[in-house]
Amino acid sequence: MNEIIGLTLLIIGISFDVIGCIGLVRLPDIYNRLQAATKCVTLGTCMILLSVVFYTGLNSIGMKALLCIWFVLITSPTGAHAIARAAHRSGIRLWEGSVMDKYADDREGAEDIT
Amino acid sequence: MKRFVHVLLLFGIWLLLTWSLHWQDLLAGVIIALIADLILGDIYPVNAIKVLNPVRFFWFVVYGVTFLGYVVKANFDVAYRVLNINMPIRPGIVKVRTTLKTDMARTFLANSITLTPGTLSVDFVGDHLYIHWINITSDDAVKETEIIVQRFEHMLERVFE
Repeated sequence: MNEIIGLTLLIIGISFDVIGCIGLVRLPDIYNRLQAATKCVTLGTCMILLSVVFYTGLNSIGMKALLCIWFVLITSPTGAHAIARAAHRSGIRLWEGSVMDKYADDREGAEDIT
Repeated sequence: MKRFVHVLLLFGIWLLLTWSLHWQDLLAGVIIALIADLILGDIYPVNAIKVLNPVRFFWFVVYGVTFLGYVVKANFDVAYRVLNINMPIRPGIVKVRTTLKTDMARTFLANSITLTPGTLSVDFVGDHLYIHWINITSDDAVKETEIIVQRFEHMLERVFE
């Protein structure tokens, strides 16, 4: 029974990871790509780790997997924020189809970023 | 007192990580917890212990469940946008205002926003949060704030403030 649940979670997790990777290729600029990368890959990875818990049960390996879920949930959005901020500060523009960029409007000394 | 709580917390994580009660593991855990607290104790949030209060803890659980629901929704949202031939995106960076004051609550708010449908927090300046939004639906600043921030703000206010 546990193996069936574990396998199902594994398949769902890998599907989400694959969708995240497709998004990484298809979407136009770094900010949109980060969106796909953080959301899909976070949930996908968490589900793969959860399937490990179902496979092994709550022993030393399962507990490590649970802790890893918590760490991934905290660090993944933080890392995405850091990358997005750094990219914007080093002058990488938004995709041409973007509607607005209040951040560039508000930042002082922001040169010719539309 | 504050230091003692930190060391206890770190030691608890160590116990879960090693999953062993051998005296050598315990000794190594105590030493490593002390060293980690000595190095990183200053940046640890002061009032994190407040979450142990039952009312706050209850709201933390409510927040967690809502959050997980939004994470799943966000994944299907991204899947829909990525796999659609036309790629229905209308991205941009918007500015929203938050009423949260403590660092911990703001961290949780920004991280929650990143993992919920269509939004990615870019920067925090003063009380304002800059958010990259993959599909902007309104050009009205007040409405944007309502849509994005207020999903979590009232819960986080009850947990951390």
